[in-house]
Amino acid sequence: MDWITTVDHKKIAILYLWAGGFFFGIGGLEAILIRIQLIKPMNTFLDAQTFNELITMHGTTMIFLGVMPVIFALMNAIIPLQIGARDVAFPFLNALGFWTFLFGGLLLNLSWVMGGAPDAGWTAYTPLSSTTYSATHGVDFYTIGLQIAGLGTLIGGINFLATIITMRAPGMSYMRMPMFAWATFITSAIILFAFPAITVGLVLLTFDRILGANFFNPETGGNPVLWQHIFWIFGHPEVYILILPAFGIISEVIPTFSRKRLFGYSSMVFATLLIAFLGFMVWAHHMFTTGLGPVANALFSVSTMLIAVPTGIKIFNWLFTMWGGQVRFTTPNLFAVGFIPTFTMGGVTGVMLASAPADFQFHDTYFVVAHFHYVIVGGLVLGLFAGLHYWWPKMFGRMLSETLGKWTFWTFIIGFHLTFFVQHFLGLMGMQRRVFTYLPNQQFDTLNLVSTVGAGLMGVGMLIFLWNIYITSRKPADAADDPWEDGRTLEWTISSPPPEYNFKQTPLVRGIDAFWKEKLAGHQAMTPSEPVGSIHMPSATLLPFLMSVGIFIAGLGFMFSRDTFGSDVLGFLFNNYIVTGLGLVITFGSMLLRSLFDDHGWHIEPEELEGR
Amino acid sequence: MTTVHAEAGKSALPHEPEKATLEGRNKVLAFWLFLGGEAVLFGTLFATFLALRNSTNDGPSAAELFHLPLVAAATFLLLASSLTSVFAIQAMHRNKPAELRNWLIITVVLGAAFLGLEIYEFSVYVRHEEFGMTTSAFSSAFYTLVGFHGAHVAFGIVWIAILIGQLARKGLTVVTAPKIYVSAMYWHFIDVVWVFIFTVVYLLGKVG
Repeated sequence: MDWITTVDHKKIAILYLWAGGFFFGIGGLEAILIRIQLIKPMNTFLDAQTFNELITMHGTTMIFLGVMPVIFALMNAIIPLQIGARDVAFPFLNALGFWTFLFGGLLLNLSWVMGGAPDAGWTAYTPLSSTTYSATHGVDFYTIGLQIAGLGTLIGGINFLATIITMRAPGMSYMRMPMFAWATFITSAIILFAFPAITVGLVLLTFDRILGANFFNPETGGNPVLWQHIFWIFGHPEVYILILPAFGIISEVIPTFSRKRLFGYSSMVFATLLIAFLGFMVWAHHMFTTGLGPVANALFSVSTMLIAVPTGIKIFNWLFTMWGGQVRFTTPNLFAVGFIPTFTMGGVTGVMLASAPADFQFHDTYFVVAHFHYVIVGGLVLGLFAGLHYWWPKMFGRMLSETLGKWTFWTFIIGFHLTFFVQHFLGLMGMQRRVFTYLPNQQFDTLNLVSTVGAGLMGVGMLIFLWNIYITSRKPADAADDPWEDGRTLEWTISSPPPEYNFKQTPLVRGIDAFWKEKLAGHQAMTPSEPVGSIHMPSATLLPFLMSVGIFIAGLGFMFSRDTFGSDVLGFLFNNYIVTGLGLVITFGSMLLRSLFDDHGWHIEPEELEGR
Repeated sequence: MTTVHAEAGKSALPHEPEKATLEGRNKVLAFWLFLGGEAVLFGTLFATFLALRNSTNDGPSAAELFHLPLVAAATFLLLASSLTSVFAIQAMHRNKPAELRNWLIITVVLGAAFLGLEIYEFSVYVRHEEFGMTTSAFSSAFYTLVGFHGAHVAFGIVWIAILIGQLARKGLTVVTAPKIYVSAMYWHFIDVVWVFIFTVVYLLGKVG
């Protein structure tokens, strides 16, 4: 019950971590099944329909329900601490964002047991996702589940923006903010401007499927390419929503374990801004082969290649940070260092794909699959591993085992390269993506076997990581405040795990890497910027949970509103939108309660603070 | 975080009560951000409408359908309601709760009248012109864009009505002031969106 009603950002972070980890596991199992099917030509392990459902759900689950929540977990756990705040700007909304994400994700995955998962690919291209070609409720689960989950992401984005703008500790100007805080800030801005577009896209597709609208049906005047524009004007920025937080994590981990300042801090900030800006300008590079014409293709080609410039700045800054530093290869730093060449390889194939004429060759082959897995797994997932190992002691008060961590790193990264490196060649040789099997003797056989073995090895790496978490959780919580000893930022100045009010006294920030600066000056702790006083805390509440349950019920009700049912009662309830209405009543009723009863929260008094 | 309780605020309300507390400032800031997202939302709907506005699929076209005097009347009502919501905020800044309440009530009434005209307009199209959601890509885009705006108006009416009730129960304080201020921002936003709808959907549909 404590966990259902919590509004504490540190607990919400842990909820995000477990829920994200759970969906990550599902997405991982789906990946393993896909690789087993492709282990040999003409395999009959899965049929085509199941394969389509698996690739659709693998992509959708990993991006929306796997990695995004883990990013949000780290942001929630660390951002208020890094900027010296007692909480996020809107603790209530923070909880609401988590619960809508969770119920959206559950709704999406209910499709497996309620008559068929979505099968139109994670991009849900029309007309493949229309009722003509996808007759089960699969795509409805996709549109409505993602809609609900996306609501949570948008809420989280606005919350982080407001938190970072208004709640930084005294002295922490924008140009003194840690890079992870910068990455979160800019990522949240991208979320704010990208997610409403997919909201509209999903609404239009839902209307097409459930209300018989004609947005994407060419026979009645609709336009399928419109879906692609809407999807990618969101979908391309989404790539940067995923990777910028990883850049932020790497920019924290490498300086800490190099005992050096981040090289080129201000150029890192502006590179991040530039990437975010360009991220919105390049969506049509996913659509070179839809027939936009040479002018559009050329423009989107050039703008896409431009992104390599700020990204290159970042790569070199990390290398220069390590240069001449006292580098320690702890587990987080291994992942961070492993990230650099791996992500660079993904970036290089990105430039190759950005060339429109070449893209006509690479299009819809395993070359593309290899490219985006190098970016998202070799970039983001390695970044998340670095961040999780790095901040685990701060979140849970326990150090993960270094030995097992190193095992995780080596099995995972070797497995990763085995899986995806060979896919470049498979793609160049013409193996198509999204197809459930292939003919023998096309020179695809051995490389596919290697790829599947690699995927198994990545799975082993994940299991070692889970084992590490398990044995760590049985140890006493005795991590030091600054367990890596070279912590540079504010989160390392307070106990591990932090007290629920974070900072007894808000610290005074005197430079970039606030804690490091104090250490250099010979101080053990931060100078406080205020006397010890009464701390205001928000109250726990069940309302965010209830609101999300309401939306969940409304979504299910709407999805089945046009179905015919065997039982009259069910038919009556669904066809007259009674179920939908009930869900909305729960949600809006909860909003009304929230609005009518002011919640003044409670206070922790100074005596209590000193007593601990 | 400081919370100034309702009692404390009553006698001496600060000049801009919506920005007197950190919570209030956060609310106003986050609402500006939210409106940025809403702008993208409506931008996407407008883009969809523009892409599909001539795909009438042998159904009625914009020029045959729209009846500008009715739309002009609706526009007048909504623009007037934006003005009255400005008066409401001015009354709030002068710490005149009764005046504030009256202007808010007028705003809600004007908004409801606008919504009534829109519902009437839709019902005419559906019943007499055989122009429904499924008729054509144009009809789908029209009902989705204008309907989304209408749903925003409906939400705003209910929201401001609840705030009027809250004002009566709790008075004008640093807790209620940010809520009222934010709802007025929302109301202006949907008004601005309507100006675009009037231009892009109705005027362009008649003459473009």
